[in-house]
Amino acid sequence: MNSDEFILSILVNNEAGVLTRVSSLFSRRAFNIDSLSVGVTDDPKISRITIVARGDDYVKNQIILQLEKLHDVKKVELMPQTGTVMRELVLIKLNISQESRVGLMEAVSVFRAKVVDLTNDSVTLEITGERSKCNAFVEYLRAFGIAELCRTGLTAITRGPKTLKPDESV
Amino acid sequence: MKIKGAELIIRILLEKGVDTVFGYPGGAVLNIYDELYKASDRIKHYTTCHEQGASHAADAYARVTGKVGVVLATSGPGATNLVTGIANAYLDSSPIVAITGNVACPAIGKDSFQEVDITGVTMPITKHNYIVKDVNRLASVLREAFEIAASGRPGPVLVDIPKDVQQAECEYEPAEDAVEPQQYRNGKEAFAQAVKLISECKRPFIYTGGGTVSSNASKELLALAEKIDSPIGSSMMGLSAVSHDHPRFLGMTGMHGKLAASRVLSEADLLIAIGTRFSDRATGNKVEYIKGKKVIHIDIDPSEISKNIPAFVSLIGDVKSVLKKLVNELPPCDRKDWHQEVENIRNSSDRRLEKPKDELNPQTLIQAVNRHAPKDSVVCTDVGQHQMWTAQYYEFSKPRSFVTSGGLGTMGFGMGAAIGSCLGNNRKKTILFTSDGSFHMNMNEMVTAVSHQLPLVVVLLNNNTLGMVRQWQTLFFGCRYSNTSLERRTDYVKLVEAFGATGMRVSTLEELEPALEKAFAAKGPVLIEAAIDQDEKVLPMIPPDGTIKDIILKA
Repeated sequence: MNSDEFILSILVNNEAGVLTRVSSLFSRRAFNIDSLSVGVTDDPKISRITIVARGDDYVKNQIILQLEKLHDVKKVELMPQTGTVMRELVLIKLNISQESRVGLMEAVSVFRAKVVDLTNDSVTLEITGERSKCNAFVEYLRAFGIAELCRTGLTAITRGPKTLKPDESV
Repeated sequence: MKIKGAELIIRILLEKGVDTVFGYPGGAVLNIYDELYKASDRIKHYTTCHEQGASHAADAYARVTGKVGVVLATSGPGATNLVTGIANAYLDSSPIVAITGNVACPAIGKDSFQEVDITGVTMPITKHNYIVKDVNRLASVLREAFEIAASGRPGPVLVDIPKDVQQAECEYEPAEDAVEPQQYRNGKEAFAQAVKLISECKRPFIYTGGGTVSSNASKELLALAEKIDSPIGSSMMGLSAVSHDHPRFLGMTGMHGKLAASRVLSEADLLIAIGTRFSDRATGNKVEYIKGKKVIHIDIDPSEISKNIPAFVSLIGDVKSVLKKLVNELPPCDRKDWHQEVENIRNSSDRRLEKPKDELNPQTLIQAVNRHAPKDSVVCTDVGQHQMWTAQYYEFSKPRSFVTSGGLGTMGFGMGAAIGSCLGNNRKKTILFTSDGSFHMNMNEMVTAVSHQLPLVVVLLNNNTLGMVRQWQTLFFGCRYSNTSLERRTDYVKLVEAFGATGMRVSTLEELEPALEKAFAAKGPVLIEAAIDQDEKVLPMIPPDGTIKDIILKA
């Protein structure tokens, strides 16, 4: 991670428009956002958003305080740089013939990626991991010619028994 | 017993103590208006000429009463016409609930007639907003809307209700006990630090904003000033919290603040900022603004702390309760040297700022209106030079007696605001200072004032130009008066008479006195047009991003 990057985990009401409220706050306050992923939690009323953003301490602090003001936001947590499990999933399609795949399977094995689809003219790979690993894998694959690529954005959870729960009062 | 959504809306309004609603009927709110008809003995609805006027009226009503203002509009253009008013309330932290109708749920997303995604449009200018697609959620959403609007830092909430939800039936259950408002806890440490800073400083300055007014904390503010022997200055939004003649009050600071107030502020070594957000118009250059000072920031909104000005110590919470606690913990102190210095600065006025007393100019005009006005009048303004002159020369003596568009700077705010203020202040005499530029934006609402025979005294400063923009063009754009010299030929007297109001025109001080006597004796709305030279300037002026050293005293 770059030094001014940080990860926020946000618990929100699982309601229409919540994602817009959160993302539009970033544009309105001129904050940078690198990635955003969202999905429902074990409680169907609550969704969890993970945001990777950039900025100095002032920006970081403002983002957190402004997010906390949104009515649908139940909890905002700055994820610690260490002690956090971070994962991203990347799907990569390479439109290459069988002869051109020399070294590809080796890379798949070294990076612990997976082949999820295979035809005579194409290979589709899946890799899950920290962003640095995903980036390294993608860089390595560039030589083969990447036809299509999509990433989910980072999601994160802290190590150990500590959990993220909405504040009781709100 | 089941009732319709539209009736439920009225029941919740009554439950919340609403007796005044501003709005404009239309296709998507017909059901609500039908219920308003039945409830007309308990809720008085004021139809404006344009939804914008209704939104400003609700905003002003909220500011004057301290209650939540309510505005009602139909879908599509009705809803979008509220947008400026909602943004205005948002920037000035005024609690309003805007209720809009929308097309029926099955028609949403089809670009139906008068359909607009008003929750999408107003997302960045509301504290929160809703579209209610299930009638069973309507009661809880409306109750929550009132609670959100009024709690914490107040602000606007919009509730969009599709037509079929208004028509659908549901059970009505009276409200359960109200939720306790959120209590903020500052650690003992924060108070201890604040006490230490205040005790150790030599030259404190209390800088108060709109939060002191909305928190009804004038008494606590003065108690603090007495205890720590400190002068008080104010932002524009904070005017009226302290009476103009209080010996500790120096007046407004900032771009067009009082010279003495700005000077004393610049000399201070501790700035105690209360219920204020350090707008760029209030601070000028932010680095220079706090040079040689520490800042204690007291505000109910944690995100305001260190947003614009870094705070050394912050106390989060309702200004009134924080001040009470702080005053209790502070030891009294005497600061004779500082007191003397403040008095010296206060008494060394600058002659360049003096205006002739024997001619009609903004100062003599506003002061004359001030003399004639009853003490319990609310004073409203539009936006521009006349607004700054009012802030400078009018002598406010009662909290919530000054209603102006601070954050958004909305030209056209005035007429709606005067209507809302008047109705919020038991239909007492209400004064509006406006100008040819601002008045033309929403003058239609004079019609509303006539319909309801509201005792408004509208004083229109006519300089035939967009004065504030012209002032900037003079000072910063080489006197190139691009599109600000208005060749309008409006006869304001005839205009308002055509609307059914009384109009008068004055161009000398001699003419002004009888005009004011007549205006303040009148029952309905009166407009006085006063001729003002187009090169009158608002002074002093600290240029944008400037400091006290750059202050302009003569131009």
